[in-house]
Amino acid sequence: MSKGSDFMELDIPPGVKKIVLAGNPNSGKSVLFNALTGMYVDVSNYPGTTLEISYGKYSDDAVIIDTPGVYGISSFNDEERTARDIILKADIVVNIINALHLERDLFLTQQIIDTGLPVIVALNMMDEAERQGLSINIDLLSSMLGVKVIPMVAIEKKGLEELKNNIFNASRGITTPGIEEKLQEMEKQTFSRGEALLILEGDPIIAQRNGVPPGKMQEEIYLKRRKHVNSIVDKVVKYNKSEEDFKTKLSSLMIRPYTGIPIFLLSMAVLYEVIGVFIAQTVVGFTEETIMQGYYQPFITELLSKWISINSPLWHILAGEFGFLTMPVIYLLGLLMPLVVGFYLMLSIFEDSGYLPRIAVLTDRILTSIGLNGRAVIPIILGFGCVTMATIVTRILGSDRERRIAIFLLGLTIPCSAQLGIIAGMLAGLGPPYVLLYILIIFSILASVGTLLNAALPGKSTDLIIDLPPLRFPRAGNVLKKTATKSLHFLLEAAPLFALGALIISVFQITGFLDLVQNLIKPITVGWLGLPKEATTAFIMGIIRRDFGAAGLMSLELDKIQSLVALVTITLFVPCIASIMMLFKERSKKEALVMWLSSLFIAFLAGGIISKLSKLTGEFLPVYYPIAAFFIVLMMVSFAVSRFKSRTEKFEEKLEGVGK
Amino acid sequence: MTLDKAKKGQILKILNIPDAKIRAQAIRFGISEGEMVTCSEVIPLGPIIIRKNNQEIALGRNLARQITVVSN
Repeated sequence: MSKGSDFMELDIPPGVKKIVLAGNPNSGKSVLFNALTGMYVDVSNYPGTTLEISYGKYSDDAVIIDTPGVYGISSFNDEERTARDIILKADIVVNIINALHLERDLFLTQQIIDTGLPVIVALNMMDEAERQGLSINIDLLSSMLGVKVIPMVAIEKKGLEELKNNIFNASRGITTPGIEEKLQEMEKQTFSRGEALLILEGDPIIAQRNGVPPGKMQEEIYLKRRKHVNSIVDKVVKYNKSEEDFKTKLSSLMIRPYTGIPIFLLSMAVLYEVIGVFIAQTVVGFTEETIMQGYYQPFITELLSKWISINSPLWHILAGEFGFLTMPVIYLLGLLMPLVVGFYLMLSIFEDSGYLPRIAVLTDRILTSIGLNGRAVIPIILGFGCVTMATIVTRILGSDRERRIAIFLLGLTIPCSAQLGIIAGMLAGLGPPYVLLYILIIFSILASVGTLLNAALPGKSTDLIIDLPPLRFPRAGNVLKKTATKSLHFLLEAAPLFALGALIISVFQITGFLDLVQNLIKPITVGWLGLPKEATTAFIMGIIRRDFGAAGLMSLELDKIQSLVALVTITLFVPCIASIMMLFKERSKKEALVMWLSSLFIAFLAGGIISKLSKLTGEFLPVYYPIAAFFIVLMMVSFAVSRFKSRTEKFEEKLEGVGK
Repeated sequence: MTLDKAKKGQILKILNIPDAKIRAQAIRFGISEGEMVTCSEVIPLGPIIIRKNNQEIALGRNLARQITVVSN
């Protein structure tokens, strides 16, 4: 993997000045970026990461480069590494800070100043600060930092002209007291003062790049910087005591369980109405059936039929049931794209309003019992939209251990929106006890597998530490822009996987491999699951598209228990071909294979158990009692096992402690 | 005492954060050892939320258990 010296891959000609925009998350950085660059913006994937970096022309001899929002620069995560590398190569840094959060934001400001780069500070959200009763002495702030500070309201372009007029007046600021000597000493051994600073702060990558051992002064420097920043804030900011306002009240209602859970359920219901009803039915009905199947498919068929004879192998590969030019295109653009856009739109609204971190707080307790923390609620919610998309988003999780658990649970237990629609329809026909039973079974498997994985996997998951930004109304422009970028990113990442998947399936179909598999697993379908042999086809279809699998079941004559068995199996069954491809892309081949085979195994195991249990009771008891009992016991046993495991571990730790 | 035992509204002084990585992250958020913070919310069995001026941070319960504080 590239180690970050690939700045030039951003395609910036030599001699052009690099103005880098840096700031904390929620500081209004993207708004300012758009205001400074105007129309022509390039977006490129930063090498070795999943991050999109935007850059655009500022003047004939200068470009503006955006960076990911970070609280500081070091090697804590991909965002920081990327921001660090871009900032270190800047000619000028425009640091945007949130006037409401000077204490937090000035830490990054001071860190950038300590790198010795020319800095200009854009003090954003002055309007909100005034409304909250904060008064900031801008001249004093500027003289204490040693750089120019421009007050702004970026969203209204207030202060923009002044910032532009002063960009080239950016200057080196005043270094954190007490570190200058060490810094100069290290600078002699390195390429730049900025790298020297990061080496002293113990950054292993920068140290390696310079061929020196990483320093051990991170904490010392951080504390000195924190002290310095606090003393600046103390002198510069006056808090005129603000009343507990509506937003603060709403915020605490959102995170307290008794009120937070209903609010969460309500917002999920809205999410479902928008995505599950409006987009999945109305919009997709138009994009998939009317546009794609109505115009696109006939167009391809007609075009190809001029060159290739229908039913030839090549025809199958190009335009057959899983044809290269038909299936992935129709599925991706007609079905998935509207859903993904819808999900990212809702997610951006949740994100920009500040609700998302509050959901993370609310769900943290329950998620820690399956080895995740509150942050994991984001990929899980997204999983109900598209598991492939959610698999990408697990990158936000704090450790590899958490990603492993989250990705496995996503593939196993979370039905994607395409599939959910059909499952909901079939369940509704079975009656309320079966709906509850289905939910209980899937939830029980999610909880059991999660708890057991958490107990079995080595290491520890990270704890929740999250910033709760103030609640605010999301701005439409920002939300739309975010949605567009993320959706495009998803499309680019998923499209090749879909195409490849379709190709593989077509080849299997032509070579008769698919029939072979169908016959091979017949004993399982008929003997173990008690389903008609045609159900095999539905399972095979389920590998290609999860909703195909579910739809395949609809055409079968099934009794209630058979339907339940089939629905549970198809839910737990492997995710669609694109998700599997994504799984192999994100994890090692061995791990992906283990996950894939385990979900197959668990799906058939659970389906079979339901089928066998239903035959246990005669006419005295409704069939759902033993099934419900089994899955409740399963959950309890898993909890007991994990309790026992963590107790023994604590005991062993104590023993070790005594031994010492 | 440890932070997980804090009550809503209490003013606390952070005494010790054992994990170096968490400590560095906390310093950036403005919460270093020796700092005074307010406990603004305690979610039953869940995270603890602390506030310093306008800055609010949620800490998982497990993490809060490792942080030593003293109440004022």
